[in-house]
Order: sequence, then structure tokens, then C-alpha cells
Amino acid sequence: MSSAGGVGERGSRAARSRVPRRTILPGRTPPGQGRAGQDQARQDQAEAPARRRRSGRPGRRGPVRRGLGDGLVGWAMISPSVLLIGLFGLVPVVWSFVLSFQHNDLQTPATSAGFANYRDLVHDEVFLAAVRRTLLYTAVFVPVTLLLSLLAAAALNRRIRGMSVYRLAFFIPVVTSTVATGVVFTWLLDPAYGLVNTVLAKAGLPTSGFFASPHAALFSVVAMTVWGWVGFGTLIYLAGLQGVPGDVIEAAQIDGCSKAGAFWRIQVPLLKPVTGFLTVWLTINALQLFDEVYVTTRGGPLNATNVVVYYLYKQAFELFHAGYAAAMATVLFLIIALVTWAQTRLARDASTGGRS
Amino acid sequence: MTEPASTALDLSGAAESGPATTVAELPGRRWWRHRPRRWRRRPSGWHLVLIPASLLMVVPLLFMLGTSLSTREETRRFPPGVPGALHWSNFSQAWTESPFGRWLLNSAIVSVTCVVTNLVLCSLAGYAFARLRFPGSRLAFGAILATLMVPFQVLMIPTLLIIKYLGIVNSLPALIVPNLVTPFGIYLLRQFFLTLPVELEEAALIDGASRFRILRSVLLPLMGPPLSTVGVLTFLTVWNEFLWPLVVTSSSDVMTVQIGLATFQSAHFTDWPVLMAATLMSQIPVMLLFLAGQRYFVSSIANTGIK
Repeated sequence: MSSAGGVGERGSRAARSRVPRRTILPGRTPPGQGRAGQDQARQDQAEAPARRRRSGRPGRRGPVRRGLGDGLVGWAMISPSVLLIGLFGLVPVVWSFVLSFQHNDLQTPATSAGFANYRDLVHDEVFLAAVRRTLLYTAVFVPVTLLLSLLAAAALNRRIRGMSVYRLAFFIPVVTSTVATGVVFTWLLDPAYGLVNTVLAKAGLPTSGFFASPHAALFSVVAMTVWGWVGFGTLIYLAGLQGVPGDVIEAAQIDGCSKAGAFWRIQVPLLKPVTGFLTVWLTINALQLFDEVYVTTRGGPLNATNVVVYYLYKQAFELFHAGYAAAMATVLFLIIALVTWAQTRLARDASTGGRS
Repeated sequence: MTEPASTALDLSGAAESGPATTVAELPGRRWWRHRPRRWRRRPSGWHLVLIPASLLMVVPLLFMLGTSLSTREETRRFPPGVPGALHWSNFSQAWTESPFGRWLLNSAIVSVTCVVTNLVLCSLAGYAFARLRFPGSRLAFGAILATLMVPFQVLMIPTLLIIKYLGIVNSLPALIVPNLVTPFGIYLLRQFFLTLPVELEEAALIDGASRFRILRSVLLPLMGPPLSTVGVLTFLTVWNEFLWPLVVTSSSDVMTVQIGLATFQSAHFTDWPVLMAATLMSQIPVMLLFLAGQRYFVSSIANTGIK
């Protein structure tokens, strides 16, 4: 906190220039002092030699030896990572884009295809249906996971006996592999002998074919993936909830707000950035759904769970239409980028709109 | 990339920032303190919510455990309970009817190798990006971060072509090489090094120690938590990885346990006890590691969003 003398000055400057007070604060600190406390990455590289000359000894913050030596050591340290990430992270992006304009069967040399792959894609009913199905899956999976995670985090964010056991129960599915999840749920939801149908039958409720039924298969996949992801969402929300200052809620309760009211009206709005992050992250992962579908239904029955990545896999590695699959991957990439951009944009608009 | 807010969180509840203590520190509001204390003495009503909810979460896993110890006849009985006698034979049957040991070994080799290389390479790169200023470092770091945005499905086909070109398709190296270093690990360690005071290294630098020497002798002792996080994250991702091993392996002797399990499932489609035993075995290493290092799992997941 600044001294009392600074407050009046800061206030008047803020009023005059109409910028938030926060942005003025760093400017008020003396330059040298401010730099010492700053993140080192922000130091201007060109400034360092000048400072060294001026003080006549190596800069206090900077490394003792700079220049050529640092460059060699630096590149020696990063080159293995840069080479590997370049080869398996950057080159394939470009290559995949190139592939999408080629016919490639993964064996013989590729031939040019022009825009044929993309043209086929637009007219491929199976692909278009897969896109719609993936969006439907995402539209169900993301809100359900968000809501359940929020409720679970609220329930788990208290100090009562046995909390570590409860938390363990919620987090164990997160480390369970997608294959194991798929196999276990195939058994749980087995139409004839699975636990869920047995319980439903005993309770006199209608049973379901689950993964075997074209109507229920996609929603069974939703249930299974929600089980796998809810612990993840809970974890993130829990971290967010613990960042909400307790006195805000205390203040609301003094003012007569009920505990539930304080949760929905104060904590949940304060968690908006966490919700934004989770929405983006869950959406990205939902659009890439593959493992669980491969293990449980293989896209069936009657294409009921044929999502984009499963179709892509089938085209590339079962039918050997690698160029066509690469075009699909490009479209997927674009959809993901678009959704991420839209959601961050929405979240930002919502948060600034709420404040002003 | 957006980062979740908090990093310090562990399952034991030790890191919980109790609202009670915050309020107690505020002058004039001490009288609030008694409320959380009274709650703690009385059994909380939240147990009524949490017990069924937790049970719902663990039912699939308990059901897996129960089935893996039952006979096929017992699995058709209702209500499903603890089986009369524990049929460990399901486990030995899964072990002998498939190269399960080989699959587990493959997974272990691939995961452990990737953990080791990630720890070394991410530390080096993270340190250089945090502490050294040199031409190209910002560009390189930016490029590494940019790869985080790309979905794996885009990389998959060209990566397979690269692996084919290298002549290592359908082998353990094909599973290892793309995972030798992860951008997230570099990012995490860079962030860690930025939080360390430079003074730690200065004395050693003035004494003429090299950067490598500083990293090994001065900083390594401090790097326990971030290295554990990166290690756990890598192990979890590589052990549970499915799509890439599915694409690049075809013969049984190089399969990881996840692919093995999926193959095993197609072969023993209705033999649920044996299948559940196999599933359980495939998860044992991750579960054990999870129980041993919960806090690192939690922090790695909360920090990176990788599951």
C-alpha cells in the first residue's frame, strides 16, 4: 500500500485521465526500483550493456556473462527440445495442411488433389452428420460436466471429517485411462447382464440398450465421459473456490444473504474466469472425442456415435484416405480454433460488460 | 493459454485456505470464529449429500473390482455383492491368455523413458528460457507454446509418415520419440525458475560455475515439486495414451497395455471377470502412483488441464 500522501495525487490523476487506477500505480514507482521487482523477462535486452557500462560492474539482476557465451549455452540447452518439438509439433502442422491437398494412401507417393478433398468433404453426408453429432455431444457434455463439477466443488469445499476420502472418490476417475473407462462402462451398461439394467429392471423402470441402441448410444457416451471428466472440473473449480476471499461471503451473510444465495450470487459470478477456462478446455476435448467411442461402440450402432475424430481415424487408417483425413483434421482444427476464440471473446465481453 | 487460478491444492485438505482463519485475523470480527468450530464438532449434514455422490463416482471401479474376483455365474446374480470366494484365477487367466506382462513392460519402458527425458530436457529448456537472453530465444519459446494449440489429430498422420521415414514404425521407439519432451513441461519449469531469486545463482556464477553446473548443484535440490509435477504428468499422459499407440503399433509384442486391453476386449468380449481383471491390472501402476503422489497429480492436472 502506498503512503497517505500519494492517495490524493493518485486519485486526482485517475480522475483526470479516466484510466483505471491500477494502470497508474506502476508508473508512479521510481524507474530503477520498479525494474528490480519486475519479471526478468520484461527487461529490455538492449538496455543491459548500457547499465553495465554505467555502473562499472556486472548488472545486479543480469547474468554475469552475456552475449556470445549465453547464446551458445542457451542454444545448447534448448536445441534438443526445439528440434524435437519442431519435428513432432511444427513440421506436422504444415505437412498436414499440404497433405489435405493431396491424395495419399500412406504407402505410395502422394499425388496432387487440388481442392478435391475439401470438395468431397462438403458433400460427404457421413462427415456432415459426424460434425452435427460431435456438436450435439459437445453441447450436452460441456454444460452437464460444468454444472456437476460446480456442485461437487461446492460440496467438497468445506472442512468436515472424511473430506479427503470424498475428494479421492471424485478424483480417481480422472486418472483412470479412457480405455479402462470404456471397458468398465461397456460392462456396467451391458444390455443383458450389466448392473445398470439389472437395477432398473428390479426397480420396475424401463431398461435400455445403451451402447447397443442407436437412440441411447450417444447419451451413454456422454454419461461415461462425464464420469471421467467431472473430477477434473471439480478440481479446477475447487482451486477457484479456494481463491474466493472468505470475507466477501461473510459480508453477504451479515447483510442477510442465505448461504445458497451467497453461493449462486457471489461465488459463482466470481468464478466466471474459471468457468470460462473450463468451458474452453472441455469443449476442445469434447470435439476430439475418440478413445471412448473406439472402445465402446466403434462409431455404431448405425453410425450413432460416429464422431468426427472417429471418422477421421477410419478414413486415414482403415480406408487409407490420408489426404481426405488431413482435410478433415484441418476442418477440425478450424472448428476448435473458432470455438475457442468465440468463447474467450464471449467470456471477456461478459466480464467487462458486467463491470461497466 | 488460460491458466486455472490456483496452484496450491491437495487432497488432504491441508492447503485449504480456511475462511475461518482469514476472518479471525480481521479486527473486530473475532466473534465469527465460533461458527466454523461448532460446525466441525457436529457431524455435518453434507455427509448425506457426499456419501451417495462419492459412491456413485466409485461404483464403476468397485464393480470392476467385484467382477474381477467373481466367476461368470456370479456376475449374473443379483444383487451383485462381494463374491463368495475370491477368484484370483481371473487374473492369472488374463495374464496367461495374452502377453499381458509384455504389454505392462512395454508401457513401463515407454512411460519411464519419457519421464526421464522430459525431466532432463524440460529442465534444461525451462532454465534457458527463464534465465538466459539470447538471439532466437523468444521466437523459440513462442513456437513451442504455439504447438500447444494444435490438436493431436492434425499431427497424427504426418507424424506417422515421419516415423515411417525414420524406419521405426511398429516399435517401442516410435512410441517414445514423439513424447521425449512436452511443451507443457518446458512451460511449467520456466514458470518455476522465474519465481526463484536470481541471487541464488549469482554467487556460483561469480565463482565461475557453468550454467549446467548451477542447474545441477544449486537449483536441482530446489526442484523437487515442479519436477514431480512434470514427472507425474508425463507418466499419466504416456501410460494412458491411446490414439498414437493405436496408430503406430500393430504387432502384439510392441503394444502398450492400453492397446493390449482394447485388443483383449475384442477377443474376450463377454468374459467379463477376466476382462475386468485385465482392466484392473492395466490401471494398477497409475492408481498406486496416484495414491502415493496425490498432490502432484492434483497440481499437474490443475496447472495444465491435461487428463
